[in-house]
Amino acid sequence: MRRFVALAASAVAVALAAPALAQDVFITNARVVIGDGGEPIEGGSVLVRGGRVVAAGSGVAAPAGVPSMDADGRWVTPGLFATLTSLGLADVDAVGESNDVRAGGAPFSASLDASLAINSTSQNILVHRAAGITRAATTTLPSGSIFGGQGAIIDLDGDANAVTLPRAFQLVDLSEGGGRIAGGSRVAAQVLLRGALREAQALAGRSGMPATTEIIKGDKVMLGRFDAEALVPVVTGRQKLYVMAERAADIRSVLALKAEFPRLDLVLVGASEGWLVAAEIAAAKVPVIANGLDDLPETFQKLASTQSNIGRMKAAGVTVAINAEAAQNPRRLSQTAGNLVALTKVPGAAGLSWGEAFAAISSVPASISGLAGRAGVLAPGAVGDVVIWDGDPLEVGSVPAKVFISGVEQSLESHQSGLRQRYRDLDESARPKAFDW
Amino acid sequence: MTTNFARGLGLAMAGAWALAACTTTSSDSGGAQAGAASTKAAALAAKGPRDDPFASTYAPYPNIATAIRGATIYDGKGGKIENGVVFMSGGKIVSVGGPDTPIPADIAVFDGTGKFVTPGIIDIHSHLGNYPTPGVDAHSDGNEATSPTTPDVWAEHSVWPQDPGFTRALANGGITALQILPGSANLMGGRSVTLKNVPARTVQQMKFPGAPYGFKMACGENPKRVYGGRGRMPSTRMGNFAVNRQTWLDAIEYANNEKARRDLAKETLVGVLRGEILVHNHCYRADEMALVMDMAKEMGYKVTAFHHAVEAYKIGDLLRENDVCSAIWADWYGFKMEAYDGIMENAAYLAREGACVVIHSDDANDIQRLNQEAAKAQAAGRRMGINIPDATVIGWITHNPAKAMGIGDVTGSLEVGKMADVVLWNGNPLSVYSRPEKVWIDGALMFDAMNPKTRPVSDFELGQPGAGDVK
Repeated sequence: MRRFVALAASAVAVALAAPALAQDVFITNARVVIGDGGEPIEGGSVLVRGGRVVAAGSGVAAPAGVPSMDADGRWVTPGLFATLTSLGLADVDAVGESNDVRAGGAPFSASLDASLAINSTSQNILVHRAAGITRAATTTLPSGSIFGGQGAIIDLDGDANAVTLPRAFQLVDLSEGGGRIAGGSRVAAQVLLRGALREAQALAGRSGMPATTEIIKGDKVMLGRFDAEALVPVVTGRQKLYVMAERAADIRSVLALKAEFPRLDLVLVGASEGWLVAAEIAAAKVPVIANGLDDLPETFQKLASTQSNIGRMKAAGVTVAINAEAAQNPRRLSQTAGNLVALTKVPGAAGLSWGEAFAAISSVPASISGLAGRAGVLAPGAVGDVVIWDGDPLEVGSVPAKVFISGVEQSLESHQSGLRQRYRDLDESARPKAFDW
Repeated sequence: MTTNFARGLGLAMAGAWALAACTTTSSDSGGAQAGAASTKAAALAAKGPRDDPFASTYAPYPNIATAIRGATIYDGKGGKIENGVVFMSGGKIVSVGGPDTPIPADIAVFDGTGKFVTPGIIDIHSHLGNYPTPGVDAHSDGNEATSPTTPDVWAEHSVWPQDPGFTRALANGGITALQILPGSANLMGGRSVTLKNVPARTVQQMKFPGAPYGFKMACGENPKRVYGGRGRMPSTRMGNFAVNRQTWLDAIEYANNEKARRDLAKETLVGVLRGEILVHNHCYRADEMALVMDMAKEMGYKVTAFHHAVEAYKIGDLLRENDVCSAIWADWYGFKMEAYDGIMENAAYLAREGACVVIHSDDANDIQRLNQEAAKAQAAGRRMGINIPDATVIGWITHNPAKAMGIGDVTGSLEVGKMADVVLWNGNPLSVYSRPEKVWIDGALMFDAMNPKTRPVSDFELGQPGAGDVK
């Protein structure tokens, strides 16, 4: 497993290194959003050199030899960071043959590695890039077992190296869904998780083919030898464990795992009832990727859902990112964040300030993803992912005018933009629409 | 097809009352005559098809004369008044106008400075109540997926009034009326029901008085997948059309046969053919919509609206010529093959052609933000040089759905004499930063963000964590 980690680290270095085509960019006259939770800076500038942010804010000196771009007072922000997503793992959700998000028929679960199958030019990646998302956590989801597999951090520049950070986290479902997968009960899911982690503990430090007690029910492999091996970095704290949990009681039982497995590096995913146990989450220093606008008792595990969930957790000191998976599609991240700002005007509700809301879709998810200070923020040394918007980025009508990833300006074209252009009129007087492209 | 109808009839025959009804009621004469005209004292009789058997018992709740002064008003029909006045009394809009509009003394007056007023928001496509939360199997009442054509089922018989989703739609979305449709598993899913978004113990207490029934139909992938997957017709798009056409032909024959015994399914279809029941057709692809419009002409009915019409922008001209509305999302795309060509310019391109646009939800979450969805669609048009005024865009979620639901004469716009279904927003409703502050339904204040007790809580949520929370 040590070898795994070394590989992962070198991959980060490679993926975060300046791409060959990296541009130097100096954007002036901008309303600059750093992404760290602060409010916008008027009349600011952003300097990117060699694919990395050199400086951002006010008083950035114009460098020699770098062409400058006047933002004309528009908003300039770091690229949005979407977690969790399945970007690059499916073309059309309901077209099974195009969809790699679930592998319920496979005898593998924790060992699944999303980084091996990312399609960097998937339409979903192109569409979301045009929405200002420049990096994302993408993952397979639990289906055959409670373990979803190892998610990757990717960039959305469409080049050959989509993966910024392979095997960045393991995903496990301890919610209602996990109970169902484990055989019909949360209790079974808890046993399965513990059994799996104990198998992984036994493998830690051993080399060669893993020899474990496999957990099998009928033709379903709940834990195979390769899955146990894949959990070694989890149980030793070298890979984050993302745990899906919604109900307050389930969140408590997740936090309690630390007593048995002290090295676990936990992240909560979902946490619709997180506000009920916010103080405990904060005390445990477990970050949360929370559903932003859930306010319905969709299931019995979400009875206390409220749009104020994130605001209340944040007020209690919890580190919270907005979960892209919970939106209709991840390009609604900014809309979700804007709604949390709106809540600050609603009596009795808890929302986020504009700066906090933006951070919840940029620097905070980047930080949870292991890229603190290196993505989702316009800080010196961070990747040069910069977006110039045509309006307030959290407002529903706004879209990017320009998107840079590692300093390289990106195309904003996609299947959708092709259709948009073709059908700007319905004139077929000379030729059918098929000739209009 | 014949087997399906035989099965339906067999079920109806199982009840003694149905047997009696068959013997005493002809298909179209209506049960009133059948019952009243009968001279046999012992004869049993059900009410007839025109007797409105599950009639609305909704009545407006007590209200006080109220005015809002100083707000920006979007009237739902494209009008905008700055610093305007809306005055409602007796459950109706009494006056709408500029700052000089007279307001009687001694009434409740709200200062709308910096705020906005719109008609109540209307969702033409919802499954609140028939796919309620919690979304457990026991609550799954939206698709009678046992036959590809079930015109005999009525959505109102599946609506659970305690669905907490109704309260969220009211408080966060300003929804005052909505159409609950059967799902799309079937080619013909059944009758819809239009509701006032008032908390109630029974669905009858929610039914919008006088609203016509709708009829849910579905094109494309869903019916052929559901039934093809069971090895029965339809398994293809051509099968979809074949089943539909034969069903319409059978309904026409039924309508023309005075001797036919009552058939609930055909009563619905005849209602459609007579123009009394409005067709709401789930249909994604442009080519299929064009075929459906021809089928409607062939059989002599009209499609009122295509729902989920993600490709409507490809045939805006055809839709305008056929006077069919498109009820659409702003940005859903790609989740299934027939949604692959969804683009955010759909609404704006339809508007460019002069076709009718309705923004709908089909979703218990999106129904809370139809205003934001409309704003997204507007902005996409603006980027392509199609500038649609804010006041017109508000019509996509007020007047246009009201018209397409057959209630446009009584709600959906702020006009004198209409129902006082009104939302006061704390900012421009086309901004992500705005929320409903107050919502009136027939002049009764049903939600007030400033007063926690003016916030409905469904039976289901009582005693649960977060009951009565701001949500």
